[in-house]
Amino acid sequence: MRLWQDFTNGLLKENPTFRLVLGTCPTMAISLTIMNGLGMGLAATAVLIGSNLIISLLRRTIPDEIRIPCFIVVIAAFVTIVDKLMNAFVPGLHEVLGIFIPLIVVNCIILARAEAFASKNPPTNSLADGLGMGLGFTAALTLISTVREFLGTGAILAAKDFGFTGIRVFSEDLAAKVMTIPPGGFLTYGFLLGLINWLGERRRAKKNG
Amino acid sequence: MVDLLVIFFSAILINNFVLSRFLGICPFLGVSQKIETAVGMGFAVIFVMGLASAITYIFQRLLLALHVEVLQTLTFILVIAVLVQFVEMVLKKMSPGLYRALGIYLPLITTKCAVLGVALLNANVYNYDFLQSVIHGVAAAVGFTLVMVVFAGSRERWAAAPIPNALRGFPLALVTAGLLSLAFLGFMGFDLKRLFVELLGQG
Repeated sequence: MRLWQDFTNGLLKENPTFRLVLGTCPTMAISLTIMNGLGMGLAATAVLIGSNLIISLLRRTIPDEIRIPCFIVVIAAFVTIVDKLMNAFVPGLHEVLGIFIPLIVVNCIILARAEAFASKNPPTNSLADGLGMGLGFTAALTLISTVREFLGTGAILAAKDFGFTGIRVFSEDLAAKVMTIPPGGFLTYGFLLGLINWLGERRRAKKNG
Repeated sequence: MVDLLVIFFSAILINNFVLSRFLGICPFLGVSQKIETAVGMGFAVIFVMGLASAITYIFQRLLLALHVEVLQTLTFILVIAVLVQFVEMVLKKMSPGLYRALGIYLPLITTKCAVLGVALLNANVYNYDFLQSVIHGVAAAVGFTLVMVVFAGSRERWAAAPIPNALRGFPLALVTAGLLSLAFLGFMGFDLKRLFVELLGQG
């Protein structure tokens, strides 16, 4: 049962994007299309699962004083693997995400999970935690990307790598271009964060009568 | 000369690290509560990013010479982590005053995406030479500092304002940053190259 709790923890209660506000740089930089959001989220999830597993397995071997550099080396190894795999299989997406793929190595979510969870818990729990946190990050990125892609281009689910131009909902002439440029990233994330805080507050108020 | 000036000013105004590249958002939101701390952090970042651009340039040459570009991410992050630690130790020994002023901000920079970001941009996207890399690193950090100070100033103002609870803290900070980013979009149309060529009177 604890495994399930470790898994769902990252999805909702400690969602890295909306609850902990970690890993904000890639969140706003690449959330232009749903495809980008999913790609970035899954890339980070893969790194998170791998690094959590290895760090958890090595948790008794790594000396306490140099644990941070050790974590970084493990994380960087997985980031390089994911980087090369994406370059080979989804080159279009790899190009769009650009330096934000190698930058996964400094994504605070991954180092935070290594330090706070994987270095103190057995491998199975760490795997569940990595998967939950990763999918929580992916879900949040997808939500932000959906808003931006929909309002900014008038279509959703465009995927250049698979030759798909997306489902058009309204004409491109009516689209709000501001959503596809940097200010749109800040505004969308800010307002969604406010909305989620507000919903949480309302639920707490209801619970307390 | 002209291209160095163009790199310098476009990194500050047009491709601002925080507002248009989304690099270094964490310290931007976390540290920028007061103008004083924002300035202190800014100087530490300028120092480290300039140095990091220089050192990672040398390591990038080395990686290319040895044909092990695969190790780029790993090498850069380790070099930057060691560099920050080293700068901290040297400052502590050589200049205790400066250390007291910058010291507390240095450990915060180690994991900052902006430092690794500038190294990766120099090496992979722009292919800058040594001098261009250093100028780009320093300018990016100056732009970061400028925005952080402006932001801290506005944040001091609305800290006491009556804001709905749900928007307090991060949400409103992000919206403010969004408006600031819109304002900086105004620089996008500048043709810096032409401006400097005319100012300096050379082609």
